[in-house]
Amino acid sequence: MHRFANPAQFLRLANVIQPWALAVTVALLALGLYFALFASPADYQQGETVRIMYVHVPSAWLALFIYTSMAVASGMALVWKHPLADIIAKASSPIGASFTFVCLLTGALWGKPMWGTWWEWDARLTAMLVLFFLYLGHMALLNAFDDATRGQRAAAVLALAGFVNVPIIKFSVDWWNTLHQPASVVKMGGPAIHSSMLLPLMLMAVGFTTFFVWLLLVRVRTELAAAKVRAMRMAQVHEAARPAGGAAEQRGTV
Amino acid sequence: MADFFHMGGYAFYVWASYAVTALVMVGLVVASLRGRRRTEAQLRLLQEAMPGGRRRRGRDGNEA
Repeated sequence: MHRFANPAQFLRLANVIQPWALAVTVALLALGLYFALFASPADYQQGETVRIMYVHVPSAWLALFIYTSMAVASGMALVWKHPLADIIAKASSPIGASFTFVCLLTGALWGKPMWGTWWEWDARLTAMLVLFFLYLGHMALLNAFDDATRGQRAAAVLALAGFVNVPIIKFSVDWWNTLHQPASVVKMGGPAIHSSMLLPLMLMAVGFTTFFVWLLLVRVRTELAAAKVRAMRMAQVHEAARPAGGAAEQRGTV
Repeated sequence: MADFFHMGGYAFYVWASYAVTALVMVGLVVASLRGRRRTEAQLRLLQEAMPGGRRRRGRDGNEA
């Protein structure tokens, strides 16, 4: 694990993974869309609106998965103070916020025809909205301090503290009486969903996840380059401020 | 075909859901790739401006 905490090692690994992640994403989403829109049946109660599930549920899962990995990265950043962990957390939260947004919006678009309302302040929906605000808070905190390290630390603490929300979201449908239907895939006794609907759901869910992996690697690469840019600018500033001939004070500028 | 687009009368809800999802995913890709291109261009510019051309770890070379 520590071996990959080295940015150069990480980039080498990323170079190998990235093209595969992209290829797998394209293949899975193409196949998933075919099954989701053409080759799967309408629901006997919900009719064609059940097809919303194939984008709504994978977005929700991914939003939770990204938050969990962000919390793990934040914990590692706080304990080992490794810059790569901070970078992974920073690169993750805009993606997580986007998928939480997709989940909320597609949920509203599914709720209107099936429940008769776009929104309801019940446990599952409210906890998901809290997740959205946690992501936004994480992004805001990162940019709230002049000193980037302080921002990273504050954001990491928020990410960890906010993790309590993840099991709340998962079990909200069991703990509280809610409009939202209970779990039908990840539950005791196996999935209670027909394979003709489980297949497109899984194709989309795995496709969304590999999409996240690809996008995360792109964004981590960007952040690593941005860190290099900051370091070089800093070096230039020090260079300019240094009195001529004084070569002694160069340690620690990069 | 018309049946397919009609989605049993729920066309708006189904297609809007897929459109929102696609828009957000495409938006993420565009924003991320654009960010990477911009940052890498900045880095190249800085590296070219550095005396002695491309260096990986700043200017520790002429120390001591």
